[in-house]
Amino acid sequence: MISAGLPLARPLRLAKRREAAQLGLPTVALALMLTLIIAMRPAVFSYFGVTLLFKLTTPLVFASLAQMLVIMLGDIDLSNGSFVGLISCVVALYLKGAPLLAGSIIVGVILAYVGFGLLIYSRSLPSIIVTLGMSFIWLGTAIILLPAPGGSAPDWLVQFMSWRPPLLPLPIWFAIAAALAGHFALGRSSYGSVLRGAGANPRAVARAGWSLIGIRAAIYAAAAMLMTLAGATLTGLTTSGDPNVAPGYTLLSVGAVILGGGTFTGGIVSPVGTVIGALTLSLAGSLLSFLQVSPTWQSGAQGVILLLVLAGRVLVAERVS
Amino acid sequence: MIRRRLRLVVPPWSYGFTVALAMWVATVAYSGIGSSGSILDTALAFGAFSVLAGTGQMLVIASGPGNIDLSIPSVLTLAAYMAMKVMHGSDGLVAVGLLAGLLVGAAAGALNFSAIAALRLPPIIATLASSFIFESLAVDLGGETRVEPPPALSAFAVWRIADVQVMPLAVMVLTVIAAIVLRRTIFGRQLLAAGQSEPAATLAGIDVWRVRLLAYVLCGAAAALTGVLLAAFTGGAALNMGSSYLLTSIAVVVLGGTSVSGGQANAVGIWGAALFFELMTTMLNTFRFQAGARFLLVGALIIAIVAIVPKPRTT
Repeated sequence: MISAGLPLARPLRLAKRREAAQLGLPTVALALMLTLIIAMRPAVFSYFGVTLLFKLTTPLVFASLAQMLVIMLGDIDLSNGSFVGLISCVVALYLKGAPLLAGSIIVGVILAYVGFGLLIYSRSLPSIIVTLGMSFIWLGTAIILLPAPGGSAPDWLVQFMSWRPPLLPLPIWFAIAAALAGHFALGRSSYGSVLRGAGANPRAVARAGWSLIGIRAAIYAAAAMLMTLAGATLTGLTTSGDPNVAPGYTLLSVGAVILGGGTFTGGIVSPVGTVIGALTLSLAGSLLSFLQVSPTWQSGAQGVILLLVLAGRVLVAERVS
Repeated sequence: MIRRRLRLVVPPWSYGFTVALAMWVATVAYSGIGSSGSILDTALAFGAFSVLAGTGQMLVIASGPGNIDLSIPSVLTLAAYMAMKVMHGSDGLVAVGLLAGLLVGAAAGALNFSAIAALRLPPIIATLASSFIFESLAVDLGGETRVEPPPALSAFAVWRIADVQVMPLAVMVLTVIAAIVLRRTIFGRQLLAAGQSEPAATLAGIDVWRVRLLAYVLCGAAAALTGVLLAAFTGGAALNMGSSYLLTSIAVVVLGGTSVSGGQANAVGIWGAALFFELMTTMLNTFRFQAGARFLLVGALIIAIVAIVPKPRTT
């Protein structure tokens, strides 16, 4: 390792630079959008304005990090949005009156999610179709529990979500905490590199004596817990439950992961990038309402920004290498 | 060797047909023999739309690992609006409107592929991003209103000759054509070769990019045709008309025996999977299942079928 240090230095530096380019572009896009918004409405540049602007990003940040873990394994999760919807229903229905029941349902759902994850692995099934089936299962369960939007979030949750912490607004604290936690857990810890290895080169990780089943179960469980956080924070914001509250999360979360520098080949993901990607995508929608463009073009703007940033990355990557 | 030969060979694509048949029998047994015809009619008509969208998706999925078109729902809606606007409720403009719709679909497919090729994006992301754009275009074009089809087109969508629906029959003909194209034509063989191994196909002199471009263009056109026919059948283009076809188009392709990793396709199997979906919905409705239970069972069955059915061989 040490003797190979010199010849390795160049490719290592190159990889570092490429990583910086990957992170840089979504960051620049995010900063650009913020500047635009603030230039148009200076009032936004305040504690309260930023809170409003980023209010709905928190659930998407958690959902995107969950998607990132699954993509890290080389799979994809098309059930992300309906899982968040199911959790939102359980939280709104039971957490106030019967917290024990709510807890056990959530644990059961997480276990089911892990079970499906292991089924994908053990029978080497295409994750795209199994998670598609799972999305119907979560949606169905949510509709059985709560046929029409309703229920109410516990007061402490609503209060927590509207809490005003010192220095920075709550959504920003959440984003920073999630990005740092993800960065240190996956990028800086030794177990993190084993987890990434399980997606990039599962055979090598298995040869090194790790249980792939154990690793995959752990990652799927972590993803399910992140989606639970997404569902709970979303319910705290909307104060009621709705099975169809977040179908858009499925695809937006995939977009956030790729925007943040992740790839579908497995093993290559960036928690910090994913968080920035999620912020960028959810801000893209509100940017247009500040520009007073009709809501018609909001999803179109998300598409254009996604394409522009990814196109920029291709150009930069070519320049660097 | 001998054991393998003795084992009953059930092709993966036949599962859809078998399960669909079982569900039809169960529904008819419950609601009486008199309903058997109308149940099948409805399943065939709505199944035809899934098959049409699914056939396009199949070409894209077969063209190589990772290739998928998530923009089908928005292309379908956009093309339906475009066609209905051009037709403007007049029978004389049906052909022009259909052409306009198909052109929009083909252009959308070409745009999808150029984003994939030029920006080297994963298809799932490129088509996702473009679907957001097409969606906005559709909203801009149609607004919140429902744009109605000309009478002649609506009449075609429900046209019957000797009590046989013409539209599903026409889609069946298209399925047969797609199966022949895959098996017998140069494009079909090149598509599957490109899907199995890009380097090998390139070495064999195939222009892989041109083949994939054609697959995406055909997929866009198929989505557009689905949109126009669906608008004719349901009485107009509407904003949410495509939403269910995102998941359906993928599900019918995979359950129909096409490999997600590309290089292997089955056009006929899509019909089995589509009928399975339609008849299952009918069956669960007849048994008075609530919407939630229906979704749950559909999901469980999709997973069960994928887990049980032997995987299609890609060699």
